[in-house]
Formats: sequence, structure tokens, C-alpha cells
Amino acid sequence: MTVETSTWATKKGLAQMLKGGVIMDVVTAEHAKIAEDAGAVAVMALERVPADIRAAGGVARMSDPAMIQSIMDAVTIPVMAKARIGHFVEAQILEALGVDYIDESEVLTPADERNHIDKHAFKVPFVCGCRNLGEALRRVNEGAAMIRTKGEAGTGNVVEAVHQLRDVLGEIRRLGGMREDELFVAAKELGAPYDLVAQVAKEGRLPVVNFVAGGISTPADAALVMQLGAEGVFVGSGIFKSEDPARMANAIVQATTHFDDPKILAEVSKGLGAPMRGIALEQLAESDRLAIRGW
Amino acid sequence: MRIGVLAVQGAFAEHMTTLAAIGVEGVAVRLPSDLEDVSGLILPGGESTAQRRLIERWGLREPILDLARSGAPLFGTCAGMILLAHDILDGDPVTFPLLDIAVRRNAFGRQLDSFEADLRVLMLGDRPVHGVFIRAPVVERAGLGVDVLARLEDGRIVAVRERNIVATAFHPELAGETRFHRLVATMAAEHDDPGEGSGRRHHPTRRMGQAR
Repeated sequence: MTVETSTWATKKGLAQMLKGGVIMDVVTAEHAKIAEDAGAVAVMALERVPADIRAAGGVARMSDPAMIQSIMDAVTIPVMAKARIGHFVEAQILEALGVDYIDESEVLTPADERNHIDKHAFKVPFVCGCRNLGEALRRVNEGAAMIRTKGEAGTGNVVEAVHQLRDVLGEIRRLGGMREDELFVAAKELGAPYDLVAQVAKEGRLPVVNFVAGGISTPADAALVMQLGAEGVFVGSGIFKSEDPARMANAIVQATTHFDDPKILAEVSKGLGAPMRGIALEQLAESDRLAIRGW
Repeated sequence: MRIGVLAVQGAFAEHMTTLAAIGVEGVAVRLPSDLEDVSGLILPGGESTAQRRLIERWGLREPILDLARSGAPLFGTCAGMILLAHDILDGDPVTFPLLDIAVRRNAFGRQLDSFEADLRVLMLGDRPVHGVFIRAPVVERAGLGVDVLARLEDGRIVAVRERNIVATAFHPELAGETRFHRLVATMAAEHDDPGEGSGRRHHPTRRMGQAR
């Protein structure tokens, strides 16, 4: 009997198990417990939520391994952590810690402006951000086992998440209507490997699970992206920057499950207190946009 | 015949696809009303803690227990096995104590210890079952009424059946494996229409008061 660990099926498979669920940003073990009790399927351990990273400015790096370890010790659900784009040594450290998933994330300051991490070289699976289908497939080609649209993290504004998700899914639908000989040009235009483009055209979906991130801050936001075709949601600042994080977390979990039942959405949206304040994207300087990091 | 797939969270779409592949209609179950007219229920992989809370929140516990008591088959994979266990060794609350087993969650460790292995499952024939184990549980105690369907090479129990309840620590639905789903569909059909020789007929020696 042969036993093989960390195979593609197990890497991609963990993301499949997270579908229909909410992955929450947490900065302390106490937050992690609140998230787990609210029904989170996984937590993202980081020192500051994106809204605070924006406020602090400077270089944002991988979190202190001691802090990540304390969260791994506090909960039984999977723990994810972020490495900077291209910073494969931060990824090696996170793998050595034993985190369950690494997010090669635009929320941190990129460490390499040409190359992403070679994710095939790791046993731990990676999730990567994208703004469009070409970017998603380039990440999958590098070994990403899960994709999330980036949205615009730390803004509490869902507009970019919606835009990017519609872009990715619209491109997939467009590929589905193409003749085989047109897929070669599509691959060139997308800047993505032909084999992956052909696979997406045939199957009508990404080769890996596709979540939405960056700007989800209410149950209605979560249900909106689920109805549009997301397979689950990441919520960063939206929970612990709201007035009553435990209630907001629970309500977003319920809304992600019952995303197509407006009566339930109305019920779970009642009396949640104020969501995070949020930023209109027109007020954001181009240089403050995180989604344009990565390529 | 329709078989329900609990769809509060997790890999329920994969089970729907597997059911479709064997020509059985699957029904996504999120609320008690979705359980009407189902002849069996699949509890998919996912996060058992999140699933348990959603089951309780939407009143699914009692109707699912009623379905099991009626004799309809229930099949749990990974998180589903945890939900069906009588004892959970790390102290997590029990949901449907229908299988007389004790399970340990994340028994092999964290994601880095997730693995694939071929298993021998005698009742499914000679061709091995390819098991995908993701942060998988393991059965550390199985009661006398529990059939052990599969073990790892080191002897640890990873698939069981007790009467109408079947559970695996691994994911047949991720490996293109349809035999467990066929077994459950057969059990569901038998539950709907118990024919001659079915398990629901009383044993001859228990027919009290009948003419000899």
C-alpha cells in the first residue's frame, strides 16, 4: 500500500472542504476563538487586519511566527497565514511552522516585482489573489491550489470584489463559447498556458476552488458574491472592525450558507450594529490600491 | 428516488456530481423542508465545527435523526463521519450519535500530513478504493455492532458501517470512486421498497403467534 502525502488532490481538496464557508482574518488567539465559535471554516492569522495595515503604512511583512503559533494552538479549524508576493523564504518559514495554507498576498508589501513564489516546490498548499482569469491561471500554473479574487482589501467596499468576480466568471463563459482554434489566441491574450485555458473552456470553471476577498463587510455582501458564483468568502477587516464582531461573524456565516434565500438573509441581517466604516474607492489614491500588486 | 446531500457547508457539490454519475437525483439540503421525499442523506466533508453549528441553528438535527430512525441510509465522509460518531475524543460536542464509534479529529496531524492511499474494502470487490485523506479523522473504537469496512496498513479503522449508517474518514467523491454511492443508493432503494429477503423482514424465529 503506497501512501503519498501533500499531493495535488490533498492540496486542492482542502480548499474544496472550505467551500460554502467563511475564512476570517484574526489578529489574536481570542479573535480566533470568536471566529471558530461563529462558524468560520478557517482563520487567517495576521498581525493587523488590512484596514490597519493601510492606516499604518510602511512595509507590511509576514506576521510573527509566535503569534501564528498561538492561533494554531487556540483553534481546531485550519489556520492560514500570509507571505509577501515572491518571498519564498517567508513561505518556507510558514511551512516549517505547519500552517495549513499560505496566502501569497497583495495585502503585504511585495518582495519581488517580477516573480511569484514557485508554489509547486512546497508541500503546503497556497491560495493566491487575482483580478482576472489570466492572473488566476498564471497563479494556478505556478502551483496555487486555491484562488481568490483580490477585491480591495481593508476598504469595506465590495465594488472591486464584484467587478473582479464578474470579470473572471465572464471570461470563463466567453471561453466556453469558443471554437478550439480560437482558444490558442485566447491563451495568448490572457497570458495564460494553453492547457489550462483549454481545460477551463471544457469544464466551465477554474481548475481550483474560487473564493472572493477584499471588501466583504455585511451578510448581504457575502450573499451577493455567492449568488454571482463565488464558492466561499474571505472576510478581513469587515468582522473585527464592526461594532459587534461575534454577531457580524455569525450573520455572515449564515448568509454564506443561505445566500439565495432572501427571507433568511433579512432575518440574519437584523440588529447587527454598525458594519465597518469603509472607504469609497474614488478617495483612494492609485498608489494605495492593493489589488494592482501582483501580475 | 432522491438522495439528499447536506449543503450547509463543505464539498457537497462533489457528492451531487457523484450521484449524477450513477444516475441518482441529488437534493441539496439546507433546511428541514428539503428533507421531504429523500430516501437517504449524504453528510459531506467540510469543517465539522461549522457544519454542526449550522445544523443546530436551522433545526436540522431532529429531522435528520428521524430520517435515520426510519431506516433510510446515511453516509458521512470525513466531517460527516465526525457528525455521526457517538464519541468525539477531543471533546467536541456530538451531533448525531448514530454510529457506535469513537473518532479522533485531525488524527493524522495538520494539512501537511494529508495523504492518499489505496485501501482494500472487501465488500466493494477486488479493485482497491483510492482514499484521499484531508485533515482526516480516524476511528479509535468501534462497538460490537459496527462492521469495519476498511483499515489502513497500520490497522487503523477508516471506514465503517452499522446497519443503515455508513461512514468513511476519506473522500471517495474526490477520487472518482462511485461504489460507496452505489451502495448507499441500493440501501435507499431497499428502504423505499423492502422486497422479499430484505433486512426489514422479521427473522422467522421471531414470528410470534403464527401458525406452524
